[in-house]
Amino acid sequence: MVIYGIALLGVCTLLGLFAGELLGSLFGIDANVGGIGIAMFLLMCATSFFKGRFEIGNVSEKGITFWSMIYIPIVVAMAAKQNVVGAIDGGFMALMAGLLVVAVSFIFVPIISNFKRK
Amino acid sequence: MEILNEVLISNNLITAFVFVGLIVYLSYFFSNHFTGGRFHGSAIAIILGLIFAYSAGLFTDGQKGVADFAILSGVGILGGSMLRDFAIVATAYGANFNDLRSSGKAGVFSLLFGVILSFSFGALVAISFGYDDPRSITTIGAGTVTFVVGPITGSAIGAESEVIALSIAAGLVKSILVMTITPLVAGRIGLNNPKSAMVFGGLMGTNSGVAAGLAAVDPKLVPYGAMTATFYTAVGCLLVPSVLFFLVSALY
Repeated sequence: MVIYGIALLGVCTLLGLFAGELLGSLFGIDANVGGIGIAMFLLMCATSFFKGRFEIGNVSEKGITFWSMIYIPIVVAMAAKQNVVGAIDGGFMALMAGLLVVAVSFIFVPIISNFKRK
Repeated sequence: MEILNEVLISNNLITAFVFVGLIVYLSYFFSNHFTGGRFHGSAIAIILGLIFAYSAGLFTDGQKGVADFAILSGVGILGGSMLRDFAIVATAYGANFNDLRSSGKAGVFSLLFGVILSFSFGALVAISFGYDDPRSITTIGAGTVTFVVGPITGSAIGAESEVIALSIAAGLVKSILVMTITPLVAGRIGLNNPKSAMVFGGLMGTNSGVAAGLAAVDPKLVPYGAMTATFYTAVGCLLVPSVLFFLVSALY
């Protein structure tokens, strides 16, 4: 049943976001601490656990893969609802700050990725 | 016409599917016929989405891009955080445990380093533009971490609302730049494997920027980048109003 895959994905997402909120309130900050990361971790655990015991099945699997394939259209919709005017009207300083930070961060991607392991 | 409008508005999520489908179709058509597939269709789609959002913002004076048009309000649901998070989690299906573990250290390091790096350069820009009180400098630096950390920090340390607005703008600029520039520089910075994707997520941190940037490079990398980026805003919220604010105060 395709709903089993969606429901499993839903359970993992909700549990992860819940744990993220709990961690946030534990640290006293108004933000979700790694909720999505925890959810992804749970999904990976759940699916590899089920693989050993019983297959979640091709059709159930489609309930998960559908959402991972619809990801790019969701991102396009997300782009289309950004406050782009706000970013550009924020003034020269906001533009400079954003631009500089992004440029510097890009430079460090290969540097940190290539750190040799001890 | 009025009846059509009514149908489109009361079924807004379905209208959004059609709208996004059209954008994606146009983008892939453009990618194949005018760039010979060299410029990825999804990158064009994201940029087109941003251009529409900009034009809509000018037209409606709203803050939600095209979602401020009643007909396209469904785009706000489709592109909202609920479905975005759901889809990001789904991308983890098929991600590799061992890849995550073997790049874990680099990921955690890039996370801490990324927050401090963004904050420092944001603060430097604030200083060079003549800000000299630690509250404003810290808040603007926080905005360049992400547009969530900016206002959280600003209100925690009591910055002026004008400065908080600036910090949000700086964070928005960052996230939009990450969305658009990532596919252009991905080859040059070696963003083609799980490890560099984790480092990328940890350095950039903006959820929407990382999500869109990696989607346009290689959707298989999304879970790795998202895994580190999901902790970024929280690390920022922890470090900036506390340790980094004290540091800035001590220096000024």
